Amino acid sequence: LCPFVLQLQVSVALREGQIRPTELCHRCLSQIEETKFLNAYITVTEEAAFKQAEESEERFKRGKPLGPLDGVPVAVKDNFSTAGIETTCASKMLQGYIPPFTATVVQKLLDQGAVLMGKTNLDEFAMGSGSIDSIFGPVRNPWGYSKQYRGESSRREDPGWLIAGGSSGGSAAAVASLTCFASLGSDTGGSTRNPAALCGIVGLKPTYGLLSRHGLIPLVNSMDVPGILTRSVDDAATVLGVLAGHDPKDSTTVQDHIESFELPDEIAVQNLCVGIPKEYHAPGLSSETLAAWTRAADLFENAGAKVVQVSLPHTQYSIVCYHVLCCTEVASNMARFDGLEFGHRSKMESSTEAMYAATRHEGFNDVVRGRILSGNYFLLKQNYERYFLKAQKVRHLIANDFLKAFSSGVDFLLAPTTLSDAAPYLEFTKEDNRTRSAQEDIFTQSANMAGLPAVTIPLTLSTRGLPISLQFIGRGFQEQKLLSVAKWLEKVVKFPLIELEATAGNLQDAPKHKTFTSAL
Amino acid sequence: MPCWGPRVVGLRLGVKLASRTETLRPGFLPRGDGRTAGSWRRWRHRGAPLQAGRLGDEKSHGGGSKVPQTPTWQAVAESNLPQKPDVTLQLIDHLERLALVDFRNQEGVTQLAKAIKFADRLHTVNTEGVEPMDSVLEDRCLYLRRDEATEENNAEVLLSVARRTVEEYFVSPPGNIPLPKRDEQDNLLIDPE
Repeated sequence: LCPFVLQLQVSVALREGQIRPTELCHRCLSQIEETKFLNAYITVTEEAAFKQAEESEERFKRGKPLGPLDGVPVAVKDNFSTAGIETTCASKMLQGYIPPFTATVVQKLLDQGAVLMGKTNLDEFAMGSGSIDSIFGPVRNPWGYSKQYRGESSRREDPGWLIAGGSSGGSAAAVASLTCFASLGSDTGGSTRNPAALCGIVGLKPTYGLLSRHGLIPLVNSMDVPGILTRSVDDAATVLGVLAGHDPKDSTTVQDHIESFELPDEIAVQNLCVGIPKEYHAPGLSSETLAAWTRAADLFENAGAKVVQVSLPHTQYSIVCYHVLCCTEVASNMARFDGLEFGHRSKMESSTEAMYAATRHEGFNDVVRGRILSGNYFLLKQNYERYFLKAQKVRHLIANDFLKAFSSGVDFLLAPTTLSDAAPYLEFTKEDNRTRSAQEDIFTQSANMAGLPAVTIPLTLSTRGLPISLQFIGRGFQEQKLLSVAKWLEKVVKFPLIELEATAGNLQDAPKHKTFTSAL
Repeated sequence: MPCWGPRVVGLRLGVKLASRTETLRPGFLPRGDGRTAGSWRRWRHRGAPLQAGRLGDEKSHGGGSKVPQTPTWQAVAESNLPQKPDVTLQLIDHLERLALVDFRNQEGVTQLAKAIKFADRLHTVNTEGVEPMDSVLEDRCLYLRRDEATEENNAEVLLSVARRTVEEYFVSPPGNIPLPKRDEQDNLLIDPE
């Protein structure tokens, strides 16, 4: 196992020659092998990773590393296009698809010398909140194999393995199981923050317009953002600094000058005003998450911050609004998958229409198909105003709620990320994907509706020994302030590092790894 | 890209519905009290409160906290919601033609009815005088670049990811052939299972 936990630490170690990039790469690849029962990776780019690590090593030898990420192992969700590396969206529709270009944010990582370990698992086309609906099988939560959880659960019946959250469950599990130092996810309704929360790591959803989506296979264009998953707030800030900024290939990125930043070690907490959105005590919030939320609010208050309760009155309609807008945009976005230009193509050749139909029948799972059908229903001529425009109006009310809260003097909002800690797979699958998404995205999607930045950090362990996390929601483009506050709380709560137990039992039913070795 | 307008055609429904007049009656919404029932019920509620000291030694404010200690959501009265949606066979047919995906089975149809029922909660929100929100960047100018080619001709690269091409063309099966009618479609789709 790599002796360095944080990207910040390993960057220093690389610079000081305590560890070489190839050795670091080798250790992370070994860790991927040892934790492959988690099914975090769809593709492990072993050969390309070694080549990148060797190139990085040359730069260090010459004393000219590229930046803070040079030689640092990273992973990328398999819905970011990567030239020369299969990009599947965990769907049969794109199985075997090798994009001819690389997503801007991935290219920026590579340009900084980061070493790409592989592509991570997700719910098909990022539609889900458990990372269980993937053609490559579900992702398992590393905390289910931790001493912290195993020790607590030994006294009761084993409920089976735990979900990692989703849809970026592979990216979260990859970082949480120490196979890489940072990963990219995507966040449309909480897909980065949800698995980060359940896997006990930091998950940042940046402001809409700050990071390029070019090459991120779209789900909901008006909400999608690339997400950043790391083991510390400082690391998230470093990766954000590398990725942020205008991209001529994405017209929705803003043209403001963006500078990377370092987070201060000390902040004047007594000058802060913390907003507690009262509607975030939703039905179903677990008592332990409520206790952690209460505790965190008290920590701020005890440190001298002003803590006030605020109201975001349309919160409970946000998940409904999200449901409609998500389905409608999905219906539109998924029209591109017809078998002609890329991806899966049915053998049906009797007519173009029959080929389209058969391709989409064979390529999409029930969840994707269901959202396409619902979306088309909401967009029917007779329903367009009743559902689609209505949802867009409610979206305005939700965004205005945030504006009002911030203009009342609140610096940021503090709220739970999920209702509770990670569920066992057997429990989670008792409800369908749509119901689970409505529950799991309940606290996360409203930041996407308003385009605001939000970051989740783990607070404490539940009595079962699983992470409980909270999120901070900030004003648009105020990531530096948001992360500074998150870092302060991170320092106060001292969330423990995962202690993974590698047992033979873990490995028995490990999914088989594909190794794809084309160079970038 | 193909045109997704009037040219799109229908698909076979995976299972037969009982009759043409049958409608589906979903039972999805929570009972009148939205706090505890139905869809919001969580799989687990038994966790004990956070152990004191796990986060540090600060005194907790307990009852004086700004964090509400009970759920704050308003129950959505069933009576305020529209009638249960009618998912008719005709509607299913129409949607399958537009979406170019099939419902596959009864479960798919039930899911649609549930999705509509869930969406209907929007109608309890007063949106009078509110403009629809297309983009969160509505207060900014959208970046427009010059209408000039920025990349070299990459037709070859793009064609390389298609399954069937001839010279510089994507190859499709014969066009302008409508899909057979529902009762003639039984063998149309190759089921992967």
